[in-house]
Amino acid sequence: MSTWQSFRSLARAMFLGFRRDRGALFFTVLFPLMFLVVFGGVFGHQTSSKVDIVEIGAAPLIDGALAHDADLRKTMKVTRYATSAAALRKVEKGDASAAVEQRDGTLVVHYSAADQVKAGTVRGLLGAVVQAANQEASGKPPTYRMSDVQVEDDSLKAIQFFTPSLLGWALASAGVFGASQTLVTWRTKGMLRRLRLSPAPIATVFGARVAVSLAVAMVQLGLFLAVAQLPVFGLKLVGAWWMAIPTVVAGVLAFLGIGMLIGAWAKTQETAQSVTQLVVLPMAFLGGSFFPLDDAPVWMRTLSYVFPLRYLNEAMLNVMGRGLGPGSALPQIGVLLGVAVVTAFIASRLFRWDAS
Amino acid sequence: MAHTINADGLRKRYGDVRAVDGVSFAVEEGEFFGILGPNGAGKTTALEIIEGLREADEGTVTVLGLPPWPRNPKLLPRIGVQLQASAFFERLTAREQLQTFASLYGVPARKADAMLEAVGLTGKAGERVEKLSGGQAQRLSIACALVHDPELVFLDEPTAALDPQARRNLWDVLRQINTAGRTIVLTTHYMDEAESLCDRVAIMDGGKILRMGPPATLVRGLDAPARISVASGVLPLDDARALPGADEAADDGVSLTVETRDPSAVVAALAARDALTGVQIRGATLEDVFLDLTGREYRA
Repeated sequence: MSTWQSFRSLARAMFLGFRRDRGALFFTVLFPLMFLVVFGGVFGHQTSSKVDIVEIGAAPLIDGALAHDADLRKTMKVTRYATSAAALRKVEKGDASAAVEQRDGTLVVHYSAADQVKAGTVRGLLGAVVQAANQEASGKPPTYRMSDVQVEDDSLKAIQFFTPSLLGWALASAGVFGASQTLVTWRTKGMLRRLRLSPAPIATVFGARVAVSLAVAMVQLGLFLAVAQLPVFGLKLVGAWWMAIPTVVAGVLAFLGIGMLIGAWAKTQETAQSVTQLVVLPMAFLGGSFFPLDDAPVWMRTLSYVFPLRYLNEAMLNVMGRGLGPGSALPQIGVLLGVAVVTAFIASRLFRWDAS
Repeated sequence: MAHTINADGLRKRYGDVRAVDGVSFAVEEGEFFGILGPNGAGKTTALEIIEGLREADEGTVTVLGLPPWPRNPKLLPRIGVQLQASAFFERLTAREQLQTFASLYGVPARKADAMLEAVGLTGKAGERVEKLSGGQAQRLSIACALVHDPELVFLDEPTAALDPQARRNLWDVLRQINTAGRTIVLTTHYMDEAESLCDRVAIMDGGKILRMGPPATLVRGLDAPARISVASGVLPLDDARALPGADEAADDGVSLTVETRDPSAVVAALAARDALTGVQIRGATLEDVFLDLTGREYRA
């Protein structure tokens, strides 16, 4: 009898069972994707806005500066209003940073103290404009100059962070839940005993379950990458991003191991479910799935090293977000495989065929 | 000829509880063998030892000439086991369920439809197992146990928790399986089920087999009186007691019941008095055997 045939049809049965489980589909696939859309959408456009200035009547000083220095338009947006009442109201409501009017040689700046940073920026900017005009009016060349050089910006864009880390969370909950629930349900419902009485090798049964989890994880990876690469979110896959695939495999094996450990230990489905929650949620928070650990306090960063999810997130971030080489994921893959081996071993020690 | 099952001196204890306490029996090829007893009698534990799910503390067992413990991949394809109705793959249809079990035994998936037909579930082929009624789930579970055409079938309380109609339907299915030449071992706590289906029963209580034999032989061996009842009021109670062959008589307002060891004499006497309105004659049942063996009323 063909073990391969048993394996295939078991895997098919389990995959069908998963696909028809609306709850599992929602929580392992759709729910994390919703987070990606929301987080990617909210934090993706967090570029600082331009300084909004309202002219009351004509202000030749400003118009001259804008005509003279095209770069100024990158930081300043100017709209002209005929009356001062409407212009001032815009400032009061916070829609504009300042309202300016030119009275002969004086530039009058109306600002609101509600936003100190904004007020400071606009006063500094307009001060510089006035200084520059003064200097030019003197006809002398300036004594001091400033030369500026732009550096490459290598801070992570929001989508580069959220795609791998929310995917990590999705994989962790799918893996741990999948394994623990399957094991407890099969034991309490007598399925394990039934399978034990079939001639199919037990390794085939568990192998099929692992294969289904890996297939589901690949679907999750594909969907995440597809959504993140939409123009709205703008993730670009460059360099060694494909290393995410072996990383995901190692991560799923580690989470299945943890799930099996919970499933082998827990007596009831309810226990397995709550323990899984207790493991996955803190791991997602402290393993850096919802916010970058780089900004986290030291104790949190130290604590994060106990969570396997941290290694998965870090490895995926390295190859997908930071654009590092393929080797940058290897240490983490090693840790994840180690977790898988250790948890699977302990789970096999705790394993019981039947509930009584 | 070698026995299909040979169990000898099986013992299994859990802490202080002797779940199985010295059980020996043999089952012949083609036999329909029942293990009968109340809940907690040790039937299931005995069955699990024979199936190879548990190791006996003491005693030996061979199934089709092979030891079932430890897990014996040579034996497993030759036996079929129905454990519980809920032991299914989740969210699969009845047909998919059978196809998956078939593939575990290396049986072609097309066998599934023939099995559905055999247990009368053809109309439910596309239904998910969660939607099946208790009786349908039991029949599917039995079909899953038979999909690889085993020589020996174990059924653990197949009709528990079924309504009377569903039980009778299932009995028909079980009889057909047995007629096909298979050996069947069934546990049940229903006396009538054992009486109606089994060639031979072992009555178990407290981990021991109290008596074993064909149901009719066990009942006859009791020398228990027959009960003849007629409609209440067709005959005065004292006249009934005085009938030839009557041991005892009672009238509960609905029926007048005469206990006798000579039923033909009593029936003849009642006929002579034209007092056979609503007549019923009941012999002893396995329940009486259990009562006789244990001294207590049978509670399933």
